[in-house]
Amino acid sequence: MNEPSMSQKEFISKEKRHKSQVRICRVMLLVLLLALWELCAELGMIDSFIFSSPTRIWKCFGKMAGDGSIFLHIGVTLLETLVSFFLVVVIGVAAAVALWASRSLSEVLEPYLVMMNSLPKSALAPLLIVWLGNHMRTIIVAAVSVAVFGSILTLHTGFMQTDQDKIRLIQSLGGTKRDVLTKVLIPSSVPLIISNMKVNVGLCLVGVIIGEFLSAKAGLGYLIIYASQVFSCEYRLTGNHMPPRLRASVTVQVGLCACRADRVINWAREQKSHRRRRFSWIFASCCERV
Amino acid sequence: MKTKLEVKGLCYSYHTMEGETQALLDISFDVKDGEFFVIVGPSGCGKSTLLSLLCGLMEPESGSILIDGAPGEPSRAAMGYMLQRDHLLEWRTIFSNISLGLEIQNRLDEKAEKELIHMLDTYGLSQFKDARPGQLSGGMRQRAALIRTLALKPDILLLDEPFSALDYQTRLEVCDDISTIIRTQKKTAVLITHDLSEAISVADRILVLSSRPGRVKNVIPVTFDPKYDRPLTRRNAPEFSAYFNQLWKELRDHE
Repeated sequence: MNEPSMSQKEFISKEKRHKSQVRICRVMLLVLLLALWELCAELGMIDSFIFSSPTRIWKCFGKMAGDGSIFLHIGVTLLETLVSFFLVVVIGVAAAVALWASRSLSEVLEPYLVMMNSLPKSALAPLLIVWLGNHMRTIIVAAVSVAVFGSILTLHTGFMQTDQDKIRLIQSLGGTKRDVLTKVLIPSSVPLIISNMKVNVGLCLVGVIIGEFLSAKAGLGYLIIYASQVFSCEYRLTGNHMPPRLRASVTVQVGLCACRADRVINWAREQKSHRRRRFSWIFASCCERV
Repeated sequence: MKTKLEVKGLCYSYHTMEGETQALLDISFDVKDGEFFVIVGPSGCGKSTLLSLLCGLMEPESGSILIDGAPGEPSRAAMGYMLQRDHLLEWRTIFSNISLGLEIQNRLDEKAEKELIHMLDTYGLSQFKDARPGQLSGGMRQRAALIRTLALKPDILLLDEPFSALDYQTRLEVCDDISTIIRTQKKTAVLITHDLSEAISVADRILVLSSRPGRVKNVIPVTFDPKYDRPLTRRNAPEFSAYFNQLWKELRDHE
């Protein structure tokens, strides 16, 4: 290897400096915001009863971690989110392929899909409980219903934009519609499917929380509802003297949900950016072997 | 020489709700075995439509296409179609790109793989066997696309402006390259182009189409002194400009 030139070295150190600056600023911003929150609460500039404060949330979390209850709730929510996410991806891709394969089917179903997608799913959730009972199943169905229709519409639009010449290529090589599907359509749509998955993780979590608001015995949504109900009950009884633990627990759940989901998504994103190309090729070649 | 491909009274129209567009009207010609047949015409004269019909991707409204005198729809196995762009699939290596056709037709066995590797050797791509298409230059990509087409051992090669996406210098080289390959393999080829000098430099005969609806205006035989056998040297031949002017006049001539 040749020794890199001065200007190349300078460029690299400049890039590195820039990256570390960005990293430091990110952390500093978080610390600053937390400190500001804490300070305002301590000085009484905001009402710590309503807004809570970072130390209180941390204490509450420590307590719940101590008796293990927080992990149960996180685990349940995570499980429900992952199951519904998996279902959304499978149903979404399968339905989009079916719509792509049949022009008549897609034209017949299109207005229904648009309608179903714009339906307020949180309003549908109480009905689902009546229909399906008070199970985890209901929550998963609610979460799937939030994400699946939009997913089908996006994937179908993407599939329809596949390069027509590549389809002609497969046909000219004697391929059938099945070959077009496995050799061109799915592999060329891998980036689309991945970006659609990213959106779906978030939507599934929203759906799970909505479901847990209404019917659950455990999970973060259940915890939020529980806390806010106890809060409002005690609020009437004890006014401003409610124990700070409960108010904090409301906040900690919300914060934790967001943080948890972010972690998962961030991890996935990092994995992808490292191995995106490799991954999509492996994924693509797997598809082709089907 | 016997006739390889015979086209009789071919017509084709495109239909939309707004109306019908006649693309091809009563096209008839024949191509001899081992001949390099070139079709030129103004843009929008239905050149690509004609190739899609020959390849069997679309059904003609009327008329017939005979291969070796046999009627019925042209079988795709007999036709190798090379598109305007190389369309190598980015998620596959060069080797799995050139074996795509065999894979689709379930004909990829050890013997076929050996032949493909031999072809990569012959066309100077052996070191790129496991490379991704993005690592190849435009000319190499086009050669890989040609191997993909030749791998199916087609009787007739259909080339739809296969050099038009390349820059001028590469275009001359690849055109020289590919037409030499096709000639040494003694394949029958039908090339579609709008580039007149390209047509003259490779053709045995040139068919001139009129503007829409496409009709056969003329078929011009092209003969050069044997010492000008390659496309690049043909461009230096004294007859070249005479052919060019003749073609130019044919195309300009609006009836």
